[in-house]
Amino acid sequence: MKVHEYQAKALLSSFGVPVPRGKVAYTADEAVEVGKELGFPVVVKAQIHAGGRGKGGGVKLARSAEEVESIAKAMLGMRLRTHQTGPEGRIVRRLLVEQGMDLGGSREMYLAMVVDRARESPVFMASAQGGMDIEEVAAKDPKAILVETVHPAAGWQPFQARKLAFGLGLPVSTLAKAVPFMQAIHRAFEALDASLLEINPFLMTKDGALLALDAKLNLDDNALYRHPELKELRDFDEEDPLEVEASKHGLNYIKLEGGEVGCMVNGAGLAMATMDIIMLAGGRPANFLDVGGGANAEQIRNAFRILLADPDVKAVLINIFGGILRCDVLAEGVIAAVRELGVKVPVVIRMKGNNEEKGKAMLRDSGLNFTTADDMTEAAKRVVGAAKGGP
Amino acid sequence: MSVLVGAKSRVLVQGMGKHGTFHAIGCREYGTNVVGGVTPGKGGTTVEGFPLFNTVEEAVRKTGADVSMVFVPPPGAADAIMEAADAGIPLVVCITEGVPTLDMVRAAAFLEGRPVRLIGPNCPGIISPGEKCKVGIMPGHIHRGGPVGVVSRSGTLTYEAVNQLTALGIGQSTCIGIGGDPIIGTNHTDALRLFNDDPGTQAIVMIGEIGGSAEEEAAAFVKQSVRKPVVGFIAGQTAPPGRRMGHAGAIIAGGKGTAEEKMKAMAAAGIHVVKSPADIGAAVAEVLPTR
Repeated sequence: MKVHEYQAKALLSSFGVPVPRGKVAYTADEAVEVGKELGFPVVVKAQIHAGGRGKGGGVKLARSAEEVESIAKAMLGMRLRTHQTGPEGRIVRRLLVEQGMDLGGSREMYLAMVVDRARESPVFMASAQGGMDIEEVAAKDPKAILVETVHPAAGWQPFQARKLAFGLGLPVSTLAKAVPFMQAIHRAFEALDASLLEINPFLMTKDGALLALDAKLNLDDNALYRHPELKELRDFDEEDPLEVEASKHGLNYIKLEGGEVGCMVNGAGLAMATMDIIMLAGGRPANFLDVGGGANAEQIRNAFRILLADPDVKAVLINIFGGILRCDVLAEGVIAAVRELGVKVPVVIRMKGNNEEKGKAMLRDSGLNFTTADDMTEAAKRVVGAAKGGP
Repeated sequence: MSVLVGAKSRVLVQGMGKHGTFHAIGCREYGTNVVGGVTPGKGGTTVEGFPLFNTVEEAVRKTGADVSMVFVPPPGAADAIMEAADAGIPLVVCITEGVPTLDMVRAAAFLEGRPVRLIGPNCPGIISPGEKCKVGIMPGHIHRGGPVGVVSRSGTLTYEAVNQLTALGIGQSTCIGIGGDPIIGTNHTDALRLFNDDPGTQAIVMIGEIGGSAEEEAAAFVKQSVRKPVVGFIAGQTAPPGRRMGHAGAIIAGGKGTAEEKMKAMAAAGIHVVKSPADIGAAVAEVLPTR
């Protein structure tokens, strides 16, 4: 789960990470109030779950109440496009109004924590090149990224923080701040069950103060059950409405741009493989939809409804390998959904595994117009043909 | 012949709730010797004919269990894995989906240096069809005994590949579902090493997916050490970047992680890479030395 910058900063601050003073505003009036409270100048930052906001016009300096008002009015409701949002952009609904910082003589660096698969541990990453995408640094100059592994039992050690601080070229006088800064980052990462915590830029002011000028925080979805207070931070406006709807029914749905073949599959690996075989047959998948290993007829019905709510879908491929989810349960759900929704697009069904014959018989006897296929290649060819208006 | 599990395996089930009991019965019906279950507080009772124990230590002492299959829900799954390792069980198969990543970081550290192998979590388990031993949730009836070892990060996609093999009359030595989580006990390379050393395995199917760099590492191992034919497939050729992988996680892999790069690395290592998931069975039929 992703959270907004203002939420991430409030959380970090509670763990002792220094952040600029600031507050969230939902309206221009609120933004002006916050500005007056902080004193001018202030920075107005659009809150969306994507990076690159500055270049897209989502970060502006305001020197007076009037300027805050006009900037806030222009920003709220605007469609902000950055290299991370895609061409459709995101509507801005919240602003972070922060104290303006004097960046003269300051240094912008990069500091992050992430769980590294290969090391089976959280790691710290740091780079002297802050303010730019770390992917770019990694591609151009991988040696510019310093990495320190956090020991699973012993935890993060001060010597490791010193290694990073010296590696970044921080002056000796800031060590007394850099070590506790990183310790606070580590405490926050572990306590919040984060999967990514990124401070970019990690700022050293000309006076030698260290500050998280921006913050990005992703939380481990698997651990949210033990953080009910963090669940409240989820912003449904930032997610595709169909993806939100799917998650309520325990389904994993991801909308894909530019596709025309809707697909419904059980299991993430088979779902990806089904998307791949649609492409090999000359079509494009409109979505990823994993109904999970043990879906019931009701979930199948909901999955089908979500799939068809996408206007791009011109034909549907259902590919199920019946293990725990039996083919007859699938057939029952699909038949109920088609009867209820009056499906207008062609539906191709391929099922294998437990109770395959029973499921096929149910589809045949339903009197509804399904195309069935025995293997994946044949199913993909049929659905792509149907999506393109063929027989 | 088989690897990891076989006719002599004595299987214990941790987490005999509804789910665990259902699959314990499924495994027993397939032919697995399921010797009991662990549910703290239910020790001394039985469920569906399985004796229950309070701790893994007690269960091992009384049943001689040498494999544990974990169904404990996510909050207790890492604890269950560590309990099995502490009790001296050499093979722990964790089926549970949704284990918090930092719990697995701690469990992996706990297992380090102990004589135990972990499979999973978030996996379908292991099956050795020729020896009628199933430790997992896969549909047993699609498998048959034979010379092909299968290793995969996916569940149902593995069933698909196995079904293709069986339909062509090609049986399997052992199928290992290693799981789809970022931190797992046994990876592709470990499984390839087991199959390479197993005289009963003549060819290997390796099914990977986008993310991480385990397939690239496995490809390097194949090039260096594996002298048996390997057929490979990577799911996610059409997956959009950035949707599943954490943004900074991709950096450490240094640009690795896409299906295209993985397939290229595998092909360069001499693995027979198929583009379509429907071609896995046919590709094995072509490379299998003896039929």
